[in-house]
Amino acid sequence: MATSPRELTQNPLKKIWMPCNNGLPEKHTSQRKVCMTNCPTLIVMVGLPARGKTYISKKLTRYLNWIGVPTKEFNVGQYRRNFVKTYKSFEFFLPDNEEGLKIRKQCALTALNDVRQYLGVEGGHVAVFDATNATRERRDIILKFAEMNGYKVFFVESVCEDPEIIGANIVQVKLCSPDYMNCNNDEAVEDFMKRIECYKNSYQTLDEVLDKDLSFIKIMDVGRRYLVNQVLDHIQSRIVYYLMNIHITPRSIYLCRHGESELNLKGRIGGDSGLSLRGKEFARCLGKFIKEQNINDLKVWTSQMKRTIQTAEALSVPYEQWKVLNEIDAGVCEEMTYEEIQEHYPLEFALRDQDKYRYRYPKGESYEDLVQRLEPVIMELERQENVLVICHQAIMRCLLAYFLDKSAGANAKILLPFRVSVNVCINITLTCVV
Amino acid sequence: LAQAQGKMSSKEHLELTQAPLQKIWVPQTSTLLQRRRGSSVPQFTNSPSIIVMVGLPARGKTYISKKLTRYLNWIGIPTKVFNIGQYRREAMKTYQSFEFFRPDNQEALKIRRQFALTALNDVKTYLSQEFGQVAVFDGTNTTRERRSVILHFAKENGYKVFFIESICEDPEVIETNIMQVKLTSPDYKDCNKEEAVEDFLKRIECYKINYEPLDNELDSNLSYIKIFNVDSRYLANQIQDHIQSRIVYYLMNIHITPRSIYLCRHGESELNLQGRIGGDLGLSPRGKMFASQLENYIKEQDIKDLKVWTSHKKRTIQTAERLGVPYEQWKALNEIDAGVCEEMTYEEIQKCYPREFALRDQDKYRYRYPKGESYEDLVQRLEPVIMELERQENVLVICHQAVMRCLMAYFLDESSDELPYLKCPLHIIFKLTPLAYGCKVESIYLNIEAVDTHREMSSNTDIPRELEETLDQVLVFS
Repeated sequence: MATSPRELTQNPLKKIWMPCNNGLPEKHTSQRKVCMTNCPTLIVMVGLPARGKTYISKKLTRYLNWIGVPTKEFNVGQYRRNFVKTYKSFEFFLPDNEEGLKIRKQCALTALNDVRQYLGVEGGHVAVFDATNATRERRDIILKFAEMNGYKVFFVESVCEDPEIIGANIVQVKLCSPDYMNCNNDEAVEDFMKRIECYKNSYQTLDEVLDKDLSFIKIMDVGRRYLVNQVLDHIQSRIVYYLMNIHITPRSIYLCRHGESELNLKGRIGGDSGLSLRGKEFARCLGKFIKEQNINDLKVWTSQMKRTIQTAEALSVPYEQWKVLNEIDAGVCEEMTYEEIQEHYPLEFALRDQDKYRYRYPKGESYEDLVQRLEPVIMELERQENVLVICHQAIMRCLLAYFLDKSAGANAKILLPFRVSVNVCINITLTCVV
Repeated sequence: LAQAQGKMSSKEHLELTQAPLQKIWVPQTSTLLQRRRGSSVPQFTNSPSIIVMVGLPARGKTYISKKLTRYLNWIGIPTKVFNIGQYRREAMKTYQSFEFFRPDNQEALKIRRQFALTALNDVKTYLSQEFGQVAVFDGTNTTRERRSVILHFAKENGYKVFFIESICEDPEVIETNIMQVKLTSPDYKDCNKEEAVEDFLKRIECYKINYEPLDNELDSNLSYIKIFNVDSRYLANQIQDHIQSRIVYYLMNIHITPRSIYLCRHGESELNLQGRIGGDLGLSPRGKMFASQLENYIKEQDIKDLKVWTSHKKRTIQTAERLGVPYEQWKALNEIDAGVCEEMTYEEIQKCYPREFALRDQDKYRYRYPKGESYEDLVQRLEPVIMELERQENVLVICHQAVMRCLMAYFLDESSDELPYLKCPLHIIFKLTPLAYGCKVESIYLNIEAVDTHREMSSNTDIPRELEETLDQVLVFS
């Protein structure tokens, strides 16, 4: 069948070549994110209470959304709180409490229904089903549901028997839960421990033999050991890699831009100029600040542009240069002022305001491109402990968006329009907020 | 401003200079280029690592060793395999039979232990004197005693240890392994097939008696991954650092399902015809003919479930469009960014940037175009492509010259010196099929002429050079 090949047109915003018909772009799979999900994926958390399931759910959801995979979590405990209004005691969770069992099952089914809404109608790609899902029976219900709807299922189980870690979890996140609004700390801890006991007898952990056909990762003792089974596709492989790299050791990440540069002074974007006088002063102050903070084993990262390296040099400590931390490439607009861009490329200027996240400079990059190239930085930041990243405005926006969970998402929301000034250092201490 | 800068000369460490070849900014005051600060790729390995393979014979240990080594070297981590069997063969010249491996053969046990120690000595030389970063110790290492010898050695020398255990009990898989790689081993050159298989199976039995797999309890403080071959199951324990994390990710993504990878460049482009590099123009008439022939070829081959990947450049997408099948666009597959030299001819580059042109010939792998990229940068951005190629089965990648060189170098284990000079002409498809420990390459020429864009290595890289001298490596357009 010798059909003439379709003509290509370049989407003016994203600068992507697409087939067109009579000058109008045709819908084409080449617009789909590379290798991501073909059919929707349901991630199912598994584990006793206070094993970090919600922590993992939220973090994973944040990561997936940041890399451009629309993801949403569905916390069954939240559904239960919405339904039951006031929490009385652990007795709700007793395995012989018929009333409680009915309500809990209903909440799970309602949540699954919302999952179907999200993955089917709302264009979601991944749903994270956050509940104990501790019995094979419950998991079979979910598997059937997924099969009926054509979803892939991936289980994430967290197993931990270290009483210190469990105790710390309870103190950190359970005590401030709405369930325990009206209790003092000791009462809350006691009740919660009894709650965990309710689940223990019927808990059926994912098993190498009995569950050998399921796709799952079992995380043991907060990452000391992992069991990975039947990873089916790209997104599951990425999820496994991410989960194996995160940790919960307390640490701080410091993000800042380079000191003010010569081109900053002239109001020009991009380029590779050195620091201005004020920029050098900032570098020195940064050095003092870092010394005063006396941070344990601080790693320092810069881009490969002169201005970030000059800033790091003032700290008199070793640092690593990452090319992927370089500022967004403004292509033909490099080293121009915004007025000049407006004058020479008025169409481009307008397009950029339309969708700043997806807009790609001619022969340059978009924020969307930046996120892709920054992903290894995020992965390594997750592995590391105390790190200072000296980078650039657009880069910093992308990194902050990851940590503060402001994603572009499927709705093309604008990514962090707020200005990040030079000469400011932002410290992120990561906590889990439920 | 110059005066102000003069005042600040006491803080000279803020003055930087840009290394001309790699375009890396380094402190001006340092007389030696401090390797750490001047590195073009972030360094994550502090202490060297020994990767220790564990497993019965014919479990794929050497396959994994070689593949992993190839991957690590490609991403820029100097790695070398130390195969104990090789040491044995070199020392003993002739192989008699499986009896050598019997656990009660005291004489042989002494000799075998000696091989291991010799190999460890070579590991030490490689890691401590030859700038190696990772050594892969490829032996059965099936007893706790042997492994503790290695752990002790590593501790003495400050090396990290990571174990990779390969477990397989499927007799079919084991037999296939034996057929594929053992029968052609020098050990069995004087045997017929049946004798070889019989002897090898007895050899495996010798090891089984004393095999102590890595144990969850007893070895809980060791860093390791257990690969349960047939079941697609992995157990990872105490992953210590960046390199171990990358290794685990890689091992979980590779597979041995037979498949082929097809690599080709876009059809000849308008800029190719003009002898210009880079840019984003469409196909020439001959390029379109190539795309058409490519379509025929692909249809004829009837490849199961073929995935097609292109870059974001018009010329690769136009080529793919002709195939009439779905394709994915990867920005990471874009041609090397020639920065200020984009869309120039080699004559123009020689005229406008003679110094750059000469630097490029000095070290083409590390040379970075001003405001552009180097081959070294390309490898970093292509790593996710390689990882996904490992996951996939049949894939056709339509890309560009420099990109294709990087990908070919990965599959064919070419060094970074060879990589920038690999021949990747227009209108030729390379079909890569994994075979035993390596890769079979078939070149498929679709009979459509194109310009030659290849430049050979230059013998004279001093500046300045005569224009003709630099250009006689660029072959005349056909």
